[in-house]
Amino acid sequence: MAAVRGGFQRSKRLKLQVFRTVVLLAAGLFFLVPIAAMFEFSTRGVGDKPRTLEAWQLIGTYPDLVAAITASLELAAITTIVMLVLLAPTMVWVRLKMPRLSPIMEFICLLPLTIPAIVLVVGLAPIYNWMGNNFSDSILTLSFAYVVLVLPYAYRSLEAGLAAIDVKTLTEAARSFGAGWLTVMWRIIVPNIRSAILNSAFLSVALVLGEYTIANNLLYNNLQVEIAFLGRANAGVSIAVAVASLVFAFVILVVLSFFNRGRGRLQLADLQQVMRTERG
Amino acid sequence: MPERTGVEVRLENLKRTYGPVVALNDLSLTIAPGELVALLGPSGCGKTTALRLLAGLEEADGGRVVVDGKDVTGLPTNRRNVGMVFQAYSLFPHMVAWENVAFGLQMRKVGTEERKKRALETLELVGLEKYANRFASQLSGGQQQRVALARALAIRPQVLLLDEPLSALDAKVRARLRDEIRRIQLEVGITTLFVTHDQEEALAIADRVGVMQGGHLEQLGPPVMVYSRPATPFVADFVGLTNRIKGTVRGGAIDIRGASIPLVDPTATAGPAVALIRPEAVTLTSDGEMEAGPLVGTVIAVAFLGATSRVTVDLGDTTVLAQVATSAASQHPAGSKVRLTLRPDPVLIQREEAAPATS
Repeated sequence: MAAVRGGFQRSKRLKLQVFRTVVLLAAGLFFLVPIAAMFEFSTRGVGDKPRTLEAWQLIGTYPDLVAAITASLELAAITTIVMLVLLAPTMVWVRLKMPRLSPIMEFICLLPLTIPAIVLVVGLAPIYNWMGNNFSDSILTLSFAYVVLVLPYAYRSLEAGLAAIDVKTLTEAARSFGAGWLTVMWRIIVPNIRSAILNSAFLSVALVLGEYTIANNLLYNNLQVEIAFLGRANAGVSIAVAVASLVFAFVILVVLSFFNRGRGRLQLADLQQVMRTERG
Repeated sequence: MPERTGVEVRLENLKRTYGPVVALNDLSLTIAPGELVALLGPSGCGKTTALRLLAGLEEADGGRVVVDGKDVTGLPTNRRNVGMVFQAYSLFPHMVAWENVAFGLQMRKVGTEERKKRALETLELVGLEKYANRFASQLSGGQQQRVALARALAIRPQVLLLDEPLSALDAKVRARLRDEIRRIQLEVGITTLFVTHDQEEALAIADRVGVMQGGHLEQLGPPVMVYSRPATPFVADFVGLTNRIKGTVRGGAIDIRGASIPLVDPTATAGPAVALIRPEAVTLTSDGEMEAGPLVGTVIAVAFLGATSRVTVDLGDTTVLAQVATSAASQHPAGSKVRLTLRPDPVLIQREEAAPATS
């Protein structure tokens, strides 16, 4: 009987393993085939010429492209930081002090999801026009618009993180032991929603690096605008940059996932040594 | 852990409302230095609000909180010297046990080595020094609450606040930890406010028990007094089991089916009333063929509780609970006839039109 049950479980495990492998392969192919095709296109020689990395080598020779890449990376960083600094404390505060406002906050944060980017541009254009004339016309001002754009994704991610911990009790516990609000936020809340913060950061970075509509319509040259422009002049370089940006996003994901790993444990032995020294 | 002397805590005419709901209605309570007072009451009676006001987690609409002679009513919680154990598991999940315990010390700018030493000392006090390097997720519920207790004690607070710290634990762990809390509280000598809805818990460990209802104290006194001399029908009802038996008041006593029981308040006016009688004040006898009588009934259920058993007797128009030694209860199986004898202890009465027979 036990042998039959053991055999059944082994067979079940094997089926599950096969299913997982098939799903992994299918998903992997779904993502990798287009990237491989793009890579193949970007290394294709002209006419009868052999395969070449010329398009990749040319990336650095387009000053506008380098500037666009730099601007997009700066935009991604600024957007992520501003979003986190604005959103995370606000969400914690609403959760603790004004829970009745939660649905309103959720509605406001999710609103950009329902408004097409082109419609956002119509609303943002006069503001950017005014900012350009009176404040600055730097491409980095796009980060204001991007913060709005990433709100729904960041909100969802942070909300999931905050829902997974008892924010009220942890905050009250920390406060009762003498912690101020900044300490509560930095020492108690943030470490416990680290995954959510990293996820929202990644989503923001990915979104900003892939954004085209707003930048193009407000006449700013970010990475995607430059790729589209290059596509008309040199398709090989354009595709090479597109592949590079995808790989870059993938690398960020991997790096962030490493940040998310558990930290090392502090050693009890050290503590006991301290005690022995004190007593001795 | 060094010896400490507790401080006096006074809650003076505290008021707190949440919209139309009155959570605290002129609550006044003085806790003597080193005393453990348990606030007991049903959900919504205001006991947790009182504790939160003392902790500084809520603001009072009126009244004062005085700790060691100082008015701390306006102080935020992080500037009051209180240690608190919460109902929900409240250990910081990203810190190991000793880091949790050391957190309050770190906030008080205690040096690293001293912090570690005191954290481990306090963990020793709760018997968890071996678990110092474990995260909350690696500890059982009881262990987590013991670490939380150590965390609260490590800062050497003036007042220890326990907000139903045992309610999430299973019965056996609850009983053990309850005794442990009392042992540690006595050892440390800290003034403690313990909030619970579990009467057994409150009666078992408190120096004094305060029974609350509707935002005010119904009775405050030693556990024995609260149990055996309830000040109000609510206290009699809420603390322990109570039989409600109809009778007639006359001359400082109540006549219940021919038995005359003295009243707590002998000046009560004559007339019909309901007597509140504890099950242990009812004894059972049976002697062969028993004729029908006002206090003769039929046993309809016997509940085994260990050393004692609870016998439910049907008197025809009402049922009465009797708590007797299990050996005595075994002589009265379900279906047998018994005669009830009511111990002539002074009883409380209630003027009720239609009181339930038993609660």
